[in-house]
Amino acid sequence: MARNWNLTLGVMVTAGFIGVAVLALFWTPFNTQTLNIAGKLQPPNLQHWLGTDQLGRDVLSLIMAGAKTSVGVALVAVIIGAGAGVPLGLIAAAYRGAIDELVMRGNDVIFAFPALLLAILITAVLGPGAINAIIAIGIFNIPVFARVSRAGALQAWTRDYTLAARVAGKGSWRISWEHILPNLWGLLVVQATIQFSLGVIAEAGLAYVGLGAQPPVPSWGRMLNEAQTLTALAPWLAVMPGLAMLLFVLGLNLLGEGLRRSTEVTR
Amino acid sequence: MTERASTHALRVEELSVTIGATPIIKQVSFSVGAGEILGLVGASGSGKSMTARAIMQLLPSGAVMSGVVALHGERLSGRSEAHLQTVRGRDVGMIFQEPMSALNPLMCIGDQVAETVRLHRSVSRAEARDAARAALDQAGLSGEAGAHQRLPYELSGGQRQRVAIAMAIVMQPRLLIADEPTTALDVITQAQVLALLRDLARSRGMGLLLVTHDMAVIAQLTDRVAVMRQGEIIEHGTTAEILHHGREAYTRSLLAAARLPRKRAKPAPPDAAVVLKVDGVVQEYPRKRRSLFKAPPPLRAVDGVSLSIRAGETVGLVGESGSGKSSLLKVILALQNPAQGSVSLLGDAFSTAAGAAGKRARRNLQAVFQDPVGSFDPRWPVERLIAEPFFLLDAPPTGAARSRQVAEVLEQVGLKADDARRYPHEFSGGQRQRIAIARALITRPAVIAFDEAVSALDVLVREQILELLAQLAADLKVAYLFVTHDLHVIRAIADRIYVMQSGRIVEEGATEAIFSAPRHAYTRALIEATPALPA
Repeated sequence: MARNWNLTLGVMVTAGFIGVAVLALFWTPFNTQTLNIAGKLQPPNLQHWLGTDQLGRDVLSLIMAGAKTSVGVALVAVIIGAGAGVPLGLIAAAYRGAIDELVMRGNDVIFAFPALLLAILITAVLGPGAINAIIAIGIFNIPVFARVSRAGALQAWTRDYTLAARVAGKGSWRISWEHILPNLWGLLVVQATIQFSLGVIAEAGLAYVGLGAQPPVPSWGRMLNEAQTLTALAPWLAVMPGLAMLLFVLGLNLLGEGLRRSTEVTR
Repeated sequence: MTERASTHALRVEELSVTIGATPIIKQVSFSVGAGEILGLVGASGSGKSMTARAIMQLLPSGAVMSGVVALHGERLSGRSEAHLQTVRGRDVGMIFQEPMSALNPLMCIGDQVAETVRLHRSVSRAEARDAARAALDQAGLSGEAGAHQRLPYELSGGQRQRVAIAMAIVMQPRLLIADEPTTALDVITQAQVLALLRDLARSRGMGLLLVTHDMAVIAQLTDRVAVMRQGEIIEHGTTAEILHHGREAYTRSLLAAARLPRKRAKPAPPDAAVVLKVDGVVQEYPRKRRSLFKAPPPLRAVDGVSLSIRAGETVGLVGESGSGKSSLLKVILALQNPAQGSVSLLGDAFSTAAGAAGKRARRNLQAVFQDPVGSFDPRWPVERLIAEPFFLLDAPPTGAARSRQVAEVLEQVGLKADDARRYPHEFSGGQRQRIAIARALITRPAVIAFDEAVSALDVLVREQILELLAQLAADLKVAYLFVTHDLHVIRAIADRIYVMQSGRIVEEGATEAIFSAPRHAYTRALIEATPALPA
């Protein structure tokens, strides 16, 4: 079989960014809170590899700290989405009928809201901030996970092994937990990767319009926003966070595709 | 039939196919004359289907072919794909086992047949439609108005196979290849489709290559037979020669498997206690709503069925698909509650109710299903799969005790104790069915229900599994409820038979009594339609 290059590259890039995010929890080359107006807007040089911004902060350090926000928000949003969506999907598939209708029409209602609009609504009520961005993105992940797990579960329920489990006296809950969920694992991991990359973009988008992480919490989206007026003067300020986001999302998508190929179960 | 000297419809010479370094077909040669029916018979994995695909030059990627395939004198081997596309469907028609997947679900059957015509001949839509209509008529799908406007899902399995046949014959090919054309069909439908194929071959002087594993079908239909084993034709001759004077042991074992001698030594004593009793069970399903105001009357799948099984007895439940036997089985296994009536197991009522009493009852009724692939969670090892019914015990064995009991049943069904650590995909279909039997045995039930448990198996494997079941029934005194459409199987194993038609039991009696003197017209039709080998 041909080597799964998608998976290899995807794992490398994703692990790299997550590693950087973890590292930023403890150490960045320069303190991102300290201003150095004298050294502002330096182009990339030996001391500041990616240059400095309008307040003299090190761009590399800001990107590392931004990765921390990005990974944190997207990851928790995926956990919220999967944590609520997967059980809902499994319940809908196991009980069918009215419960199924209720769950799926509830999903449709969430889907019917434009994502950004609801995020604005949530931040308008709760105030802007990283936590509220997590909630907004997480809510939008719920119906995605519910649908994917319901579709996979419906298929798994048609197999005779679920019948055998019922003959062995097991109820719908137990069969869902023991037989259905493990067989959805591949599907869910792939979906989680995709939602993770969408979460990274959504976090940056919310921060860009000022609804995400607030200063001084660093964020790629806000870096882009702040760099906007300075693009002619200091292009690296916009290019560097943009590149970081592009690479990370690309890596996650490669990972998702690679995982999808490698989890096609041989029966 | 007087065109050229060598007008075989099909001539195959020294055909070999290899995939990688593995030879799949080795030096196979045969021919089919105009109007002649040649049977290609063998167990699964013998290379017979691959031979049919090689003739159509439709090999899987990676397969390398050598040798000559000639269609009425014209060589097909080595021709371009574009040329082959004009040949397929025009000069050779092909029919597969599963007709549903061969049809476009969104296109009415008349159009599907007409499409084949328009692909191969530049004709107007109207002419193509007329040709399609004629082909469908010949395939026996005429009758009521609008018959050609129907969609595949509206048709029964047999009717779908007739559409596939119409598509294959509409261009009047000189050769028709049929790969297990009736394996997915009921006996009565099978008899009709086989008769249709024979008439078509005879009346049009069309060569027919029939690929099958069933010697009884071979005996009914073919003029000559080629027996395949491990990619080689090991024996070749007229059907009468092969049936009566087959030289090879393999041929004789295929014949024996098709005859399926009786496996069950002696029936259970008639005075044994009743273990399973079904009393007046009615099961209904809501029908699709057509009117806004009036709910349609429900479909009665099971209509007042009563039956009983005694300790250690093997009981057969026979019927065509749609006769309600699967719905009845769901009620018996307490997977659904009946609309009316009741089921009792060892004297206690048995229903879908959960709880301790329900669990205790379930322990005494286990089941084996048809699909040897789908019956097992692919992510569980065999030991965990077999031990799943231990869930029904109040104090299930754990650790070494569990392993010991699993090893014991594995050995009882003819597998090895260390197979417990392997995963289901590592086993063949017959071995998986043995694992399913082991899973049914582990709680030491009083009754095991078998839902078409041997119909997905190869003939030779089927015989071994039935032998095992008869042995287990005698040793363990367990009762069986055998649900199937296959009369051969029932005759080989059942002590007593219930015949089911349209949701009702129409006849009941001891196996040999029913086979020798069927009273009900439906039973007679079933027995007559079952292909039989000359004694």
